[in-house]
Amino acid sequence: MTAPAENTPVNPNEPVSKLQREFEAGHFVVSGEIGPPKGTNIGKCLHEAEEYLKNTVVAVNVTDIQTAVMRTGSMALSHMLVDRGIEPIFQMVTRDRNRLALQSDLLSAYCLGIRNVLALTGDHVSMGDHADAKPVFDLDSVGLLQAITTLEAGHDMGLDMKGNANNLDGAPKFFKGCCVTPCADEVEPQILKLQKKVEAGAQYVQTQAVYEPAAFEKFMNDIRKRGIKVPVLVGIVMLKTAGMGKYMNSSVPGVKVPDWIIKKLTEASKEDRQKVSIDICGQLVREMKDMCQGAHLMTLGWDHCVPDIIKAAGLA
Amino acid sequence: MIVADRKPMDEILAMLAPYKRVLVLGCGGCVTVCLTGGEKQADLLASQLRLAATAAGRADLQVDVDCITRQCDQEFTANLKKPLDQYDAVLSIACGVGVGYMSEQFPKATVLPGLNTTSFDANTKKGVWQEYCGGCGDCMLAETGGICPIVRCSKSLVNGACGGTSNGKCEVSKDMDCGWYLIFKKLQETGRLDLYTKLRPAKKWSKDRCGKGARRLTHTELMEIEETSK
Repeated sequence: MTAPAENTPVNPNEPVSKLQREFEAGHFVVSGEIGPPKGTNIGKCLHEAEEYLKNTVVAVNVTDIQTAVMRTGSMALSHMLVDRGIEPIFQMVTRDRNRLALQSDLLSAYCLGIRNVLALTGDHVSMGDHADAKPVFDLDSVGLLQAITTLEAGHDMGLDMKGNANNLDGAPKFFKGCCVTPCADEVEPQILKLQKKVEAGAQYVQTQAVYEPAAFEKFMNDIRKRGIKVPVLVGIVMLKTAGMGKYMNSSVPGVKVPDWIIKKLTEASKEDRQKVSIDICGQLVREMKDMCQGAHLMTLGWDHCVPDIIKAAGLA
Repeated sequence: MIVADRKPMDEILAMLAPYKRVLVLGCGGCVTVCLTGGEKQADLLASQLRLAATAAGRADLQVDVDCITRQCDQEFTANLKKPLDQYDAVLSIACGVGVGYMSEQFPKATVLPGLNTTSFDANTKKGVWQEYCGGCGDCMLAETGGICPIVRCSKSLVNGACGGTSNGKCEVSKDMDCGWYLIFKKLQETGRLDLYTKLRPAKKWSKDRCGKGARRLTHTELMEIEETSK
């Protein structure tokens, strides 16, 4: 069933996951994403991952209480993907857990065979469906990466009675990722923070949705100039309708959907819309694949489109 | 200064429902400045309560008014003109500090809050108070251009802006500045962007109220002077 718990790698430089190995081999990497359901009926979500993602993408992100809307947890679904031979990217936001719980969950995730982690801050509680909940944010995304790096070194963030770092009885080893918004209206603060994330231990980056290849190219040039060398997967959020594109423009920070995309979706008949949407994703990946090391496909429930997007991108 | 906002009238009336003799107690401190709990507001609230009580068929409700310089300091309780413990309830329109301190000073009095205490603010323009400090007990303003990320960033992040920032505003509200955008601009302006890129360790929340409970400031030398002069 699950990977054994006590399997700290002997060679610290050995890749801990397929995702890491693929980057090291210089392959263009495609990752997918599933969002756990609000409730215990996880069958559909797992079925789609097995049917459409297992043999098409290298790894699958499992979102962590995405958009602050309460759902089944990321760790459980990540573990179930491991059991099904699908490599998960365990998303962790710092909104809902303090450093005790985050570190404990990291150890738990490692014991459950999870190796890829994506450290995120998370949307604010007020954005979701439990607006009266107390937001935690004990750590930020940089702090979470520092915490993971500390655990990997065999310690935790706490101190013993003498003020020394606590030793772990068995240390985990993860492939640590982070997020960035390449098309933010003010991109420099994002890049400076990305630099800190890498300094804190981030080994790969998955970006917020990008629809502007030219802006992405500039971003990539900027980060490489600053010495940020880690692999970057460009984020592609599938636009299902023109309305969704307009909504992203008005309400999603750092995302700009250009007119040509909105026009294409507006002009598409209802029957053709999915195909048009697939083609747009394919075109975006084709235009940006030489600028970065991979693409992260966020299909928002249209998981069955992933094989076709990969074909449309010329990657199949 | 401490800022507090008046509770909704319905909530106040519900709080006072079991009582007949009520004293509205104003405070001459911060809440006078932010125009919610001073002498004038106490008079006004008392009038509103009398009218509302009459309208609700509660003509038996007796409302008196008093106000002292500060409800958070034992020095001023001697100036009370009304005996608090002889009322069924005291509706304090001080901040929560005043309510708590009056309640403690007058063990037999029932002291109720007329305001919701919110924050430590500056009066940034006429009629506007903006929160500037979170009272975390471990001030980091030296590193953030004097702009507090604990309160000005909705997520209290310590290492820079998240992806929810847009056109200098926070994802939580288009009316709220992104704290880290303000910090970035200030550090850029003052040539200190090195502070933005500085990798900060996790915040020591042990100094915050949530860390070890209620905090206390003691000046032992003052306590000693007080003792010797007795």
